[in-house]
Amino acid sequence: MKILVCISKTPDTTAKIAFSDNNTKFAEAGVQWIINPYDEWYALVRAIELKEADPSTVLHLVNVGGADSEPIIRKALALGGDEAIRVNSDNADSFNIASQIAAIAKDGAYDLIFTGKETIDYNGSSIGGMVAELLDLPYISHAVKFDLEGGKAVVVREIEGGEETDKAALPLVVSCQKGMAEQRIPNMKGIMGARTKPLKVTEPVAAETLTAVASFDLPPAKAGVKLVPADNPEELVRLLHEEARVI
Amino acid sequence: MAAKTDNFQSPDYFNVDELLTEEHKLIRESVRNYVKKEISPIIEEYAQKAEFPQQIVKQLGDLGCFGPTVPEQYGGGGLDYIAYGLMMQELERGDSGVRSTASVQGSLVMFPIYQYGNEEQRNKYLPKLASGEWLGCFGLTEPNHGSDPSSMLTNIKDAGDHVILNGAKMWISNAPFAQVAVVWARNENDEIQGVIVERGMEGFTTPTTHGKWSLRASATGELVFDNVKVPKENILPNVKGLKGPLGCLTKARYGIAWGAIGAAMDCYHIALEYSKERIQFGRPIGGFQLQQKKLAEMVTEITKAQLLNWRLGVLMNEGKVTPQQVSMAKRNACEVATNICRDARQMLGGMGITGEYPVMRHMMNLESVITYEGTHDIHLLITGMDVTGLNAFK
Ligand SMILES: Cc1cc2nc3c(=O)[nH]c(=O)nc-3n(C[C@H](O)[C@H](O)[C@H](O)COP(=O)(O)OP(=O)(O)OC[C@H]3O[C@@H](n4cnc5c(N)ncnc54)[C@H](O)[C@@H]3O)c2cc1C
Repeated sequence: MKILVCISKTPDTTAKIAFSDNNTKFAEAGVQWIINPYDEWYALVRAIELKEADPSTVLHLVNVGGADSEPIIRKALALGGDEAIRVNSDNADSFNIASQIAAIAKDGAYDLIFTGKETIDYNGSSIGGMVAELLDLPYISHAVKFDLEGGKAVVVREIEGGEETDKAALPLVVSCQKGMAEQRIPNMKGIMGARTKPLKVTEPVAAETLTAVASFDLPPAKAGVKLVPADNPEELVRLLHEEARVI
Repeated sequence: MAAKTDNFQSPDYFNVDELLTEEHKLIRESVRNYVKKEISPIIEEYAQKAEFPQQIVKQLGDLGCFGPTVPEQYGGGGLDYIAYGLMMQELERGDSGVRSTASVQGSLVMFPIYQYGNEEQRNKYLPKLASGEWLGCFGLTEPNHGSDPSSMLTNIKDAGDHVILNGAKMWISNAPFAQVAVVWARNENDEIQGVIVERGMEGFTTPTTHGKWSLRASATGELVFDNVKVPKENILPNVKGLKGPLGCLTKARYGIAWGAIGAAMDCYHIALEYSKERIQFGRPIGGFQLQQKKLAEMVTEITKAQLLNWRLGVLMNEGKVTPQQVSMAKRNACEVATNICRDARQMLGGMGITGEYPVMRHMMNLESVITYEGTHDIHLLITGMDVTGLNAFK
């Protein structure tokens, strides 16, 4: 069994969000980078569990990104991948990224390709589906549980108001979300082991770029809170009626 | 006790992170996440009850916090001293008692067995200590010999294939739960030697020390030896004299220099957040000059200590460090951490004396940290002797 897990780098949830270059680029200075939590906590950890259950499993990681992605790739390797491939590209277009991953996936003939359900920064949710399409493989999105039974995948998805259980033959692409596995902390053995695990860098294949960011906007600043003294309910009613227009 | 979410981030006023490798930062992040997940939610309750959270022994072993600088072939981490320092900083950021457990295991038990032991001893003890299957303790201090261990009374007498150990050790961290004790004793030639004593040996008991107001989540006890037969193969063969235990203390003091600053960082972090949220006289207390003075001094002292520790770590890695430099860093860290915790406690007003916040626990813990591994005065005398060449100890 060969598993490929897609690993993407996102800003830490506490990072201050600002833009540069006329609001077309995310200002990266001083930003703490982490592995996209959906990739790390759910996709990668579930893949590691599958490898623990069947040690003959080969577990590879792929990242499409610049050299500044390497710390998060090393962390992923510390958690448990066998080797990683970084496609040296900072293209932000989903189709281009999916094309790079598809090229790696084709080369490696993987039985399973895991992605996170989305990244916590751009919330695109599109890579998994595109990779599946490019490889002509079945795709199951938003998986909360993944098991192998007799060489087939049994996948539970969250649907409105309940759950759905799917079965699919391998190879297969699955996007993962909360429920698949529990977050792990890399231990010192893992961190030391990651030093010598292969991290291959390849150049991107030719692929189209279909979209470009025109501009980013921050949400409007929250309006201040207006405090109405407790002994003046008439004023509160007036404000709710005339200004907020909710009553 | 309501466990608040622990959103700790360490201050880095002088971009000291740029002096660290990516691997160092990953190690720090891992230990910090461990503390947030397993220590912060439970530690206050254990400290209040004066109980040792035994589950941490296995957890710290799994994480790799025991003997990180011991070579991998013996189950250690094979990491450098900056990595070790960062681990101690993060553990003590959670609680000095947790860091003490790790310090004792790594620097005071595993280090002497690795450094002064033979191959059989290394293979027998180190992997089990590294994994947390066994807990160890270090017996140097005696009821009547603390700062002056060279006058110790605990002794071993030759009895053929074994020695007979008699005496008592006091204030021993981990003692009540330890499977093995590295004990320093005087032989018949008046030389200090290390012996490995195992729980279960006849005549060996470890009564618990009760009533501590400090390091309450760490177990402290005595080691009492009443004609204990210790096989000769348990004697550490490669060191004689006080330099044996002092060599261990240099490693542990190094960890304390980093650890105490971890406690200080936690108090600073909490005081800073509190000062922005607590409103008095219609504004956040952080807006008052008196509170800003405290915060500004805290972050200044933390920054100075961070740089001192980092440099000490580099010297340690290069094998160039002197025990006197370690003394200075240990003393400095304890001094600034004690002051920072007290100031932070005051900034929290009445809230500062409750277990709602970790500040008073840190403050009380540091009273042990400033005392063990050489008291504050003793480290001053070490520096004094080093710079003047004159011995003021006796
Ligand atoms: C919680 C805790 C855990 C500990 N864990 C361990 C452990 O695991 N293993 C271990 O072996 N020990 C341990 N210790 C013991 C610790 O190392 C000793 O308490 C310490 O070395 C001081 O010894 P003492 O308590 O006997 O004080 P004393 O040596 O009696 O000192 C009393 C006072 O006299 C001062 N003083 C002493 N000599 C001089 C001098 N020459 N000039 C000026 N002033 C002097 C000291 O600075 C101090 O203020 C622990 C202690 C505590 C509190």
